[in-house]
Amino acid sequence: MNNKNIYFDHAATTPLCEEALNKMIPYFTEVFGNPNSQHAFGRESVKAVDEARDTIAKIINAKPSEIYFTSGGTEGDNWALRGVAHAFKDKGKHLIISPIEHAAMLVTAKALKKEGFEVSYMKVDEYGVVDLEHLESIIRPDTIFIGCMMANNEVGTIEPIKEIAAIAKKHGVICFTDAVQAAGVLKIDVKDLGVDLMSMSAHKIYGPKGVGALYIRNGVKVESILTGGHQERMKRGGTTNVAGIVGFAEAFKIADRDIDKNFEYVSMLRDRFIDRVLEEVPFVKLNGPRTGRLPANADFSFKFIEGESILFSLDLAGIAVSSGSACSSGSLEPSHVLLALGLPEELAHGSIRFSFGKHNTIEEVDYAVDTIKDAVKRLREMSPLFKAEGDIKYV
Amino acid sequence: MYSEKVMDAFKNPKNVGEIENPDGIGTVGNASCGDIMQISLRIENDIIVDAKFKTFGCAAAIATSSTATEMIRGMTVEEALKVTNKKVIECLGGLPSQKIHCSVLAEEAIKKAIEDYKAKKAL
Repeated sequence: MNNKNIYFDHAATTPLCEEALNKMIPYFTEVFGNPNSQHAFGRESVKAVDEARDTIAKIINAKPSEIYFTSGGTEGDNWALRGVAHAFKDKGKHLIISPIEHAAMLVTAKALKKEGFEVSYMKVDEYGVVDLEHLESIIRPDTIFIGCMMANNEVGTIEPIKEIAAIAKKHGVICFTDAVQAAGVLKIDVKDLGVDLMSMSAHKIYGPKGVGALYIRNGVKVESILTGGHQERMKRGGTTNVAGIVGFAEAFKIADRDIDKNFEYVSMLRDRFIDRVLEEVPFVKLNGPRTGRLPANADFSFKFIEGESILFSLDLAGIAVSSGSACSSGSLEPSHVLLALGLPEELAHGSIRFSFGKHNTIEEVDYAVDTIKDAVKRLREMSPLFKAEGDIKYV
Repeated sequence: MYSEKVMDAFKNPKNVGEIENPDGIGTVGNASCGDIMQISLRIENDIIVDAKFKTFGCAAAIATSSTATEMIRGMTVEEALKVTNKKVIECLGGLPSQKIHCSVLAEEAIKKAIEDYKAKKAL
């Protein structure tokens, strides 16, 4: 068949970098102590976790005491939203989030509604950028939480978090940002941004899966969601994932060290890809903004055809991507992000996300564009909509 | 995940296209659900001599369209009306549960094309 093995799904996950792997290995076997133990084995593990906490704190300009290790982005989002809601419920029960948040936020917000909280959604424009005036207009005296992702996982839109945090502060509301796609890709200074909480994940930046962190500004009241032992200064129960934490810190350190180089290189691949697709594939729509998006992200809707069939066509040609179509997710609804951006359902069904990484090459990008041209042409020839093009209204 | 037969039918679908001046044609589904299937038929003496499809949809929708049109070629109209989505699924070596509706669409498209044939014939 073919021997290509091209990975363009880095927003889903990334391979573990060798530096992180090597740093982690001793913590599975030699330095295996439970950091909660009093003896020397435990103390050695404590030292590793403390170092990792220092490293991560330094990168985002936080204090080590403000970093809480988690099992990843989903836990961080859950903890921030539930934890603030429960800690501030006597002050108010109104929460504001963006409509393009990760499911970890959206589904948690829905669960909180059942507990009696009210949820309002910020408005986003056709590129997914939050409307700040609208945000300010929906803040109420009983608003206790404002949450918006730093960069969207699907269309790559970078949000004005500093401005959002300033609005939140002005109204005395806790501000959270999900930086799962942004940490290690964009430079982050939590003090400058002014956010109160921020979630991060290791596996999006060549770190291990199953580990992340939540930044909680000192003094901010957050209830625990994982109750148990004394770990993480009594705020998060569960035996510390020492090897994972060590790997996360190492991966983050390397991502931060190479942040400009990676940004420039991956943006170059992304721009070449976007330019060629827009030029060479008819009837496509770039979702999200042309500038002001994550360097790795390109998201297209291919008119007249469905995303999952594009995904499998590319998969057969050795190219791994993801789709916002309902068929790929197993639900009946296409991507909530694309619908929030105002895309008609047909176009949302025909979307494909390409997310590039530091190991990708120009040759891979060019091969992908050539393959896409053939796959899209073949699928359109099969589509009853293609002929009926004049009858269908598209944006 | 998809069976090998589904992926084969998706890779090399049979009967793609649209018959000119068909004796019967049926389109089912809609773009907002993510699936549209059109089947057109050439029928001589109540026997389906040719069947073609055009489909907007996922890999399973394309595979079921291909298989369903293969199945009904050579059948009488009455035999084709008895082709159920279950038979299409069997022919494909199974479908993931969330893709069963694709096979239902294929059954419905066949029925609609034959209804169209019968309506035209009655004129």
